[in-house]
Amino acid sequence: MAGISLTSVTKSFGGNTVLHGVSLDIAAGEFVALVGPSGCGKTTLMRIVAGIEQASSGTLRIQGRDATSLRAGERDVAMVFQSYALYPHLTVAENIAVPLAMRRLNAWQRLPLLGGLMPGARATRRRIAGEVAAAAESLGLGALLDRRPAQLSGGQRQRVALARAMVRRPAAFLMDEPLSNLDASLRVQTRREIVAIHRRAGAATLYVTHDQSEALTMADRVAVMQGGRILQVAPPREIYADPADLRVATFIGSPRINLLPGEAGRDGLVRVGDRLIGLRCAARGPLTLGIRPEAFVLAAEGLPARAEAVEFLGESVLLHTRHEASGSPLVLRLPPEAAGRLPASGAALHLGFAPGAALLFDQDGARRRAEAVVAREPALV
Amino acid sequence: MSDLAIAAPHRRAAGTGEAMAAWALTLPAAIAYLLMLLLPTLATAALAFTDYELGLDGFRWIGLGNFAEMLEDRGFLQSLRNTLVYVGLVTPGSIIGALLLALAIEAGTRGRTLFRAVFFLPVVSLSVAMAAAWQYLLHPTIGPLNAALRVIGIEGPAWLSSSDTVLLSLAAIGIWENLGFNLVLFLAGLTAIPRELYAAAAVDGVPSAWERFRLVTWPLLGPTTLFVLTITMIRSVRVFDTVVVLTQGGPNKASQVLLYTLYEEGFTYFRIGYSAAITLVFLGIVLASMWLQTKVLDKRVHYA
Amino acid sequence: MPERTPLLRDLPRLLFLTAAGLLMLMPYIWMAAASLKPLDEIFRASLSLWPERFFAAENYGKVFERIPVGRYLWNGVVVCGGILAFQILFAVPAGYALAKLRFRGRELVFGAVMLGLLVPPHVPALPLYVAFSQMGLLNSYTALIAPFTISVFAIFLFRQFFKSLPDDLIHAARLDGMSEMAIVWRVVLPNAWPAATAFAIFSVVAHWNDLFWPLIIANGDSHATPALGVMFFRSAEAGDDFGALMAAAVIMTAPLVIAFLLAQRRFVEGIASTGLKG
Ligand SMILES: Nc1ncnc2c1ncn2[C@@H]1O[C@H](COP(=O)(O)OP(=O)(O)OP(=O)(O)O)[C@@H](O)[C@H]1O
Ligand SMILES: [Mg+2]
Repeated sequence: MAGISLTSVTKSFGGNTVLHGVSLDIAAGEFVALVGPSGCGKTTLMRIVAGIEQASSGTLRIQGRDATSLRAGERDVAMVFQSYALYPHLTVAENIAVPLAMRRLNAWQRLPLLGGLMPGARATRRRIAGEVAAAAESLGLGALLDRRPAQLSGGQRQRVALARAMVRRPAAFLMDEPLSNLDASLRVQTRREIVAIHRRAGAATLYVTHDQSEALTMADRVAVMQGGRILQVAPPREIYADPADLRVATFIGSPRINLLPGEAGRDGLVRVGDRLIGLRCAARGPLTLGIRPEAFVLAAEGLPARAEAVEFLGESVLLHTRHEASGSPLVLRLPPEAAGRLPASGAALHLGFAPGAALLFDQDGARRRAEAVVAREPALV
Repeated sequence: MSDLAIAAPHRRAAGTGEAMAAWALTLPAAIAYLLMLLLPTLATAALAFTDYELGLDGFRWIGLGNFAEMLEDRGFLQSLRNTLVYVGLVTPGSIIGALLLALAIEAGTRGRTLFRAVFFLPVVSLSVAMAAAWQYLLHPTIGPLNAALRVIGIEGPAWLSSSDTVLLSLAAIGIWENLGFNLVLFLAGLTAIPRELYAAAAVDGVPSAWERFRLVTWPLLGPTTLFVLTITMIRSVRVFDTVVVLTQGGPNKASQVLLYTLYEEGFTYFRIGYSAAITLVFLGIVLASMWLQTKVLDKRVHYA
Repeated sequence: MPERTPLLRDLPRLLFLTAAGLLMLMPYIWMAAASLKPLDEIFRASLSLWPERFFAAENYGKVFERIPVGRYLWNGVVVCGGILAFQILFAVPAGYALAKLRFRGRELVFGAVMLGLLVPPHVPALPLYVAFSQMGLLNSYTALIAPFTISVFAIFLFRQFFKSLPDDLIHAARLDGMSEMAIVWRVVLPNAWPAATAFAIFSVVAHWNDLFWPLIIANGDSHATPALGVMFFRSAEAGDDFGALMAAAVIMTAPLVIAFLLAQRRFVEGIASTGLKG
């Protein structure tokens, strides 16, 4: 059964349509990362799932139940906000307890002093305190229960927000860029913690980020969104190696995928300039070739290019070149050992790649499949 | 290092120049401060222990004599009592009213500017002129309020000339005067509450508007509320204009307030010494309300 | 960012606010209505707002005839303008020095400012009155303006504002060879307009409406401010002539209210942000 299931969800603010028919299924226990450029509607989609915002049309089901018009509190979902949204006047323990208290205590039992005198309130409060302590303990917050949010570090606040979300064991977890306020090293560590929590809790998780490496490392599947539409949902490897759309191909991967203008002739053979590259496709006419930086090699034969600059990154070297014929910039990612032997700036060189590594896109950006052919002329290797 | 070695002497020279300039810039303000604020205030404190009267030659130091007289002075005691009652009515009245209205304005998008302007109007209106308008509105025979009451069969009291109602009427006017000011402060406080906290509260399952108010709005409004509380107390202790225009302390001292007593003693009867002593009491009340804010309540509304 | 709710759902809120707003406006409504009515209609105490016999010309005419309205308004302008000019003249340099210059005694000066913030203007009033009367300055612009030339609140406000200006702005001006005085008026003040307008509005509203000090100092038409003008008219001329009295009230209230309606946002923000000393 799907944990979260969105069907043709649209959202407009006034006349401005922000989501154009988004459909997305997240299985129970699955971790889906939602990536996309700023302003593409990620937060809006998440707020619709949480019930903070109402969809203009479309349906939302949570654990098979129609949740489209349920109030936020009634939808068994928890959310971690980008700013954490901790209640500043409550201690860590009180913050974590809020979702439980709101659900299990009635209005009278929640009253500050009198509440304790109401029948059943004491026992419920004790149970809540136990669960809060357990949740805090599992995130290493045991010693901080009596502090206020202002007395915590960024990472600790972030964990309190996580604890507040997980304490009630929701059917679905929503996280909106939960790591964006942390420094780099803490981010990597917390990344792992979140994955571990997800494994343990097993709730359907929607995780918004605009850091693609976060998405690729953490998620079971990655959804790429742009301009209010989901372009592709697929496992990380597939999103990277087999993108369905030029926009997905350029959004994922750093440095960006190299783009070259090409053309499929009447025979279906793909050429760059006047060179055959050993691919045949069903389409005809102009195409765009996408080649990942690591798919290029320096070769004796291949696309003629000129070296421009070298960037040493430690684990690899980037060689910036320019394609002679089209003037397109082409970047190569080479092993660090290559650093010493790289051509000087301005030197002429030839770039080779395996035909299978080239991704073809038509003029609308849609992916075109191609098959490798053994050409009369030798393929560029 | 060498930079430092070079910079140090240079810096000292620049430092004295800077200090000279600073004193030159502060001097006019310092002189005015001395002449118009510090010396007169100290003089007031000194005069409070004398029997100085304007027009008589010389004065005697009488120690706490003026304060002893106050304890016997029915007019003063009455004015102290009235002032406290007035503050006790105006402060909660204008704060609760302003908070309710601010919440109502903040709850939607329509009419924000219009309503804010309407409620703020009394703050910029000439209080003496508005007091005259109130005098007409509350007039026992020709006033529209009593005319309206007559329509539903009630004979309204003489609002401003009966000792039973005069203080209440003045307090109502005081609430009317202070409401808009507090409202604007509350609106600013409400806009400063992060929207995400309300979203978090919704996701956490807060069941009603009242619970949302208790969990988010009221605690986060704490510093604003405290500020508004102090400001309103200090503003209402100073009630003067309406009393001068509408009642002059009457009837039978039922609306005698502190500043009005101070004014009468000092500037009508010219009993400067006695009036200075009343001034000190007035100052004490103002300082006490400020102290209440900074020392006692402040810690309870700041969560850092 | 709440979305626009449907009008129908918004209606209870709007009705509540409208009712409260009307209640708030009652004094204005009746004041304006009465200023249009003849005395006999007012004395009938009917609840109709619109006059049966239009008497505006007579009521307003009477005000202009009996009291020097122009004189009062002019006095108000002179007093408020004078006070504001001196406050800015004294407070801006001092605020700058406290914010940006290092000198021995700065803490002392700032301490004095903070102390001054605690003292309401009524406290130094008695000795000042005695002094002015000894100097024969009662009933003069000097006496009306002088006590307010120093505003510790303005110093405090400008200091806070100047502190947030980047130091480099001032360093650059010094490198350009400006004197500190030139920096204050040509670099710092032009960058402090938001604080300056906020303070100006606050100051003008406070002193236009002030009654306490003018009541002590001015004792005739020559130096009476608008607030005093209304009082004089009421006690001397108009006793129970509410039509004319309301007309006088309308005239004296109008200048600030009109200014407020024209620059509503500035007024509200100016007064709220400087509300400290109300
Ligand atoms: N309440 C609102 N009213 C009007 N427009 C809105 C509202 N909320 C969001 N938008 C608009 O919807 C679009 C999508 O916003 P959203 O916050 O979902 O982007 P996002 O993908 O989360 O971006 P980011 O990565 O910067 O957080 C933006 O153009 C934004 O201006
Ligand atoms: Mg976002």
